[in-house]
Amino acid sequence: MDLAFTKEDENFRQEVKDFIDKSFPQKLKDIDKRTDLTREDMLSWHKVLYKKGWIAPQWPEEYGGTGWNITQRYIWDQECANAGTTPLIPFGLTMLGPVIIGFGNEDQKDWVLKGILSGNDWWCQGYSESGAGSDLASLRTKAEKVGDHYIVNGHKTWTTLAQFADWMFCLVRTKNDGKPQEGISFLLIDMKTEGIDVKPIITLDGGHEVNEVFLEDVKVPAENLVGEENMGWTIAKFLLGNERTGIAGVARSKKAVERLKDIASSEYIDGENLINDSDFNSKIADLEVDLTALEYTELRTLAKESKGEGPGAESSILKIKGTEIQQRITELTMEAVGHYSNPYLTPAFERQGSNYLTIGPDYSHGVAQNYFNTRKTSIYGGSNEIQKNIIAKMVLGL
Amino acid sequence: MDFSFSEEQTLLRNTIQSFIQDNYDFDKRQAIVKSEEGMKQENWKQFAELGLLGLPFSEEDGGLNFGSVETMIVAEEFGKGLVVEPYIQTVVTCGGFLRRASASIKEKYIPGIISGEDIWAFAYAEPQGRYNLNDLTTTATLDGDHYIINGYKSVVSGGPWANKFIVSVRTSGDQRDSDGISVLIVDKNSEGLSIRDYPTVDGSRASEITLENVSVSKDELIGEEGKGAELIELIVDETIAAICSEAIGAMKVLNDATVEYCKTRKQFGQPIGKFQVLQHRMVDMFMQYEQSVSMTYMVNLKLDEEYAERRKAASGAKVQIAKAAKFIGQSAVQLHGGMGMTDELNVGHYFKRLSMIENSYGNIDHHLKKYSSAG
Repeated sequence: MDLAFTKEDENFRQEVKDFIDKSFPQKLKDIDKRTDLTREDMLSWHKVLYKKGWIAPQWPEEYGGTGWNITQRYIWDQECANAGTTPLIPFGLTMLGPVIIGFGNEDQKDWVLKGILSGNDWWCQGYSESGAGSDLASLRTKAEKVGDHYIVNGHKTWTTLAQFADWMFCLVRTKNDGKPQEGISFLLIDMKTEGIDVKPIITLDGGHEVNEVFLEDVKVPAENLVGEENMGWTIAKFLLGNERTGIAGVARSKKAVERLKDIASSEYIDGENLINDSDFNSKIADLEVDLTALEYTELRTLAKESKGEGPGAESSILKIKGTEIQQRITELTMEAVGHYSNPYLTPAFERQGSNYLTIGPDYSHGVAQNYFNTRKTSIYGGSNEIQKNIIAKMVLGL
Repeated sequence: MDFSFSEEQTLLRNTIQSFIQDNYDFDKRQAIVKSEEGMKQENWKQFAELGLLGLPFSEEDGGLNFGSVETMIVAEEFGKGLVVEPYIQTVVTCGGFLRRASASIKEKYIPGIISGEDIWAFAYAEPQGRYNLNDLTTTATLDGDHYIINGYKSVVSGGPWANKFIVSVRTSGDQRDSDGISVLIVDKNSEGLSIRDYPTVDGSRASEITLENVSVSKDELIGEEGKGAELIELIVDETIAAICSEAIGAMKVLNDATVEYCKTRKQFGQPIGKFQVLQHRMVDMFMQYEQSVSMTYMVNLKLDEEYAERRKAASGAKVQIAKAAKFIGQSAVQLHGGMGMTDELNVGHYFKRLSMIENSYGNIDHHLKKYSSAG
């Protein structure tokens, strides 16, 4: 056991820092965080990293990974968060990539992984349905084999950024008898196929991230099946395990705590800085202690994973604690800005010509919307209640 | 001891309930929120016709002379409908000031509230002041028979709809002294007053107000010059009592909606309400609601008590309501799952309103401190 960084690690950190400093697109730095990023904006950092060969540190080297050890990956995440780089779109890199590496055939490994690495293919996740949320295995979107095609009919929901997607990896029902888990398959569907209709869902913060996807007689070539027919549930669980590991978001939460402290240093309470108020200060301290515990829990998980054991049901801990901390940070940030959490300053409002930049301090803009939006984190990726069920069953054997 | 409502009070509740039923279902409410003006003048007229705008004023002033329990009933039922029209701002807060003003001010302004002609807003907050009502940099200096006001007021709730403001100013003393605070009536059209309006995250509207050499007659002073702090504290306590009432209305809707949803939403072959972990969460929501109702009744019954008793009641109620608002709001969204996150379902809108109530007129930390220093 050793917590120290070696000389090589520190050199690596410097290299990474210099690279980010030099290469992170200027335009993204200038973009107002409150306004929605365009598809191109979201991909621009991806393309820089692809060119550098640093786009998929979590993949094996032979498939385009970086060959970094866990310390280096940790440093990379930390430095990206410190620099406030735009988060990468996870559907291909974090979710589908490892699935294809583990379950895909040679042909799929070729075209799917290439498209993910280059950023040419934007993937979305066709999992949830209105009747299949926590109980994902009850999904009903049907795929029937007709000749060398599947014909898909059904409805997916909460599909994040489907409005930008070229492709969807989709869980479909291919068998109705037996246990529901045994009749699910994993299909890759071209979003341009006839019969696909994407409808936006507006969330309570006013944003458009999620969508409904309707599929009517959608023709999918049989070679787009990943793994065997009816083994989709195994793949789905493998994917969700990976999703949970990334969901902890330790480095970004650390950055958000720094921002919270900056805000509390600019706000006043009875003529003193809010950061010096003992009540507020102990809340921040409490948060930092929780975050430190999570950081070391994540490091232990990563260390296990690097020895080929993982990610097990323990990754549910990362999901629960990680999202609770993210939510707590947004809560305290809203508390810190006081009255100025009230204004709802949308880009549309700005266009009307109101001089809204002078309404409240700059850091207060979007703070309440962020708090509202972050409530989703304890719901998505398997709700936190479901994660506790997983730990109870898989870890504690209850 | 008696916690039951009189026949007259029940009648009042029924009146508001049928108003909400007819004019304020969720779709209608959203249409109002999204409209250019953000409120509906017709509703305001109806409030006047129903006598609601005259509720707390004495008969002598043309009102109905009702007490805090009646105000609680109105605010609670408005909370159930997420009513955005500025009833509390105009009638409870600004009306509260006017009721305590000189005979000439009462005569000049109260009829305009009761008839529905005037809408009022209370401009008290300043960017540096957080929830300290005495932390004021806006000043007023007497020049002959006029006060000259200079300063800045932030997040004035209902500001865009108001044509009259009640403004807290410093006429003497240091920035946070309780002595030297005065309360002035300022017309929106005053020269030197500039205003920027914006929507708020909970579907209401607010304004930033800059006052630059705004001149008002010294007849527009409420109470004694420099002695306004105590009056402001009293009116804010009354406002807190009304906001707590609004909150319990909103909580009730969220709790009922959540229980109903968990009874009908099926996963794993059964209603999710059958899962014990969700049952216990809903029991906690229910208990938080009941505790909030208790504190709301308590504060509304203690508004006329002596200072320390009243102050503890108001801060205590606000603490309980803020805790419950957070827990119930967050839990309702969580138990509705993805649906709770949507703009389409009413749940998220109640959550947003309750989130703003949490910090309105002071958050938990603020009121815990006030509670322990109240004596």
